[in-house]
Amino acid sequence: MTATVTRRPTANATTGPAAGRVEVHDLRKSFGTLEVLKGVDLTFEPGTVTVVLGPSGSGKSTLLRAINHLEKVDAGFVTVDGDLVGYRRRHGRRGDVLQELKEREILGQRTRIGFVFQNFNLFPHLTVLENVVEAPLSAQGRPRAVVEAEARELLARVGLADKADARPRQLSGGQQQRVAIARALALRPRVLLFDEPTSALDPELVGEVLEVIKDVASTGTTLVVVTHEIGFAREVADQVVFMDDGVVVEQGPPAQVLDHPRHDRTRAFLDRVL
Amino acid sequence: MTAATETTTATPPGASTAPRPGRTPYAHLRIVPARHPGRWVATAGVAVLLAMVVSSLVTNDRWEWGVVAQYLTWPSILSGAWATIRLTAAASVVGFALGTVLALMRLSRSPLLVGVSWAYTWVFRSVPLLLQLLLWYNLAYLYPHLSLGVPFGPEYLWFDTLGLIDKFGAAILGLGLSQAAYSAEIVRAGILSVDQGQQEAAASLGIPRRRQVTRIVLPQAMRSIVPTAVNEVIGLLKGTSIVYVLAYGELFYIASVIYGRNGKVVPLLIVAALWYLVLTTLITVVQYYVERHYAKGAVRTLPPTPLQRARWSAAVARARLTGRPVPDHVPPAFAARARVGVLTRTARTSGGPA
Repeated sequence: MTATVTRRPTANATTGPAAGRVEVHDLRKSFGTLEVLKGVDLTFEPGTVTVVLGPSGSGKSTLLRAINHLEKVDAGFVTVDGDLVGYRRRHGRRGDVLQELKEREILGQRTRIGFVFQNFNLFPHLTVLENVVEAPLSAQGRPRAVVEAEARELLARVGLADKADARPRQLSGGQQQRVAIARALALRPRVLLFDEPTSALDPELVGEVLEVIKDVASTGTTLVVVTHEIGFAREVADQVVFMDDGVVVEQGPPAQVLDHPRHDRTRAFLDRVL
Repeated sequence: MTAATETTTATPPGASTAPRPGRTPYAHLRIVPARHPGRWVATAGVAVLLAMVVSSLVTNDRWEWGVVAQYLTWPSILSGAWATIRLTAAASVVGFALGTVLALMRLSRSPLLVGVSWAYTWVFRSVPLLLQLLLWYNLAYLYPHLSLGVPFGPEYLWFDTLGLIDKFGAAILGLGLSQAAYSAEIVRAGILSVDQGQQEAAASLGIPRRRQVTRIVLPQAMRSIVPTAVNEVIGLLKGTSIVYVLAYGELFYIASVIYGRNGKVVPLLIVAALWYLVLTTLITVVQYYVERHYAKGAVRTLPPTPLQRARWSAAVARARLTGRPVPDHVPPAFAARARVGVLTRTARTSGGPA
């Protein structure tokens, strides 16, 4: 089941530690009577790009939200570089236990796991620059001068150097999503999760956002991208995961999963979206 | 009327020179605007009513405008107005500070906090304000002394209740605590109006909990809180007149004391009414600018303030009279509209308070 994934050269040292190995073990989650994740096991190697495909309702978004603990799962666990997300192993009186972390500790863990939302979720009352510097200042407590300089660099990298003082509503959807990516990168995460980053965009704006994601992929951050952009998966992904009905149906290199799917369900899905 | 409209009707651009055959069959035809006879009848009717009101105000000497003018700036009336302002400000601060705490309690995950907040709102919204004021004023009967110390343990600081809660104190407690019950609901509604994704985004960035509330959620909630909150403050301003039952020297009590002595009831009621009108107007002006502040980000570009509009119009007029170019601080769009001579109309229609 586990596909061999080549590790990408982690060239850019300025983006922080090159680690970012994510392991997902037997993840289960139900909303009421609806079981959304039925035991998902996945490994995302450091610096790789994984594209998660699947019909809507297949549990892709829930998986992503479980990785940074926005969604509390019913069973199973997630580790980033060996650290459990949301829990700590502790020696209790009656043997080892998993201690649930306090909210503050979970917030600390999230600074290592960036998240980019389908609807951007930029803070509309703050300027673009304020959006980017907010978390490094208040969550990481880094000095303002350094953070602002870095934020301007990041904005230049996503092609929005001149928009630092604009407010999100004054930008196009594609520009807003690029700001959201810069905002996530400002925390120097080891892992970056994208939840359908281009689904809310007009078709002609999709390209500019995918270009930025490709650029981020080349810097050695581990990326997990839920998307319907098959072309992007083919071009950028090291690993493609196909999910349906709460389970991983198939995973492997894009050439294999996209061009020679082994399962009927994968084939049927690809026929519909291609 | 009809003739005037027809002769001044603007001709379409295509027909400004001689009618040119062959372009469109309509280019040389004059456009006759639609008529609105109902509007004219209504306008005339209201104008007559307005004239009647004004004439009665002027001709009926029982209004005693001279007395009104005399007492409008009477020192004790001014001190009464000042007391009203102080009461309103203090009760608003108490009300909204406590109201925000109650709203956050109501949204917490602890059932006890939710229950206490709910019960507070229930009690303080149900009991008439007048009754609450009298209760607070008589607190000294229930508890002659108040003290600070460990709950159920030793006490360190002692106060005489009568010394601590005077008329002003009782008024602030009564107005503020009952206001908190209403403010709590307003703040809660404001917080609920902020998109859930905002807090999720803040959480995904690891922003600390307190900061999520103060930096991300509350500033956005303010946009829907402010209009209702100002309504409440205006209600409170007028509500302070109820404090006259404690014989506290606010505006209405002072006015009633004066007319009790000199018998000029109506003129003094008018004096008080005019002051309430002035104070409410001031609050409304403040509201405009506060709303504008919190509208940042919610609208693409903020409409100009009345002050900006006046300054720009003056600059454009000056430029036109002197023949010099329009100064740079006037937005080009504004200057362009002014140039075609529809300044007064666009100034009125290009957006009011955000």
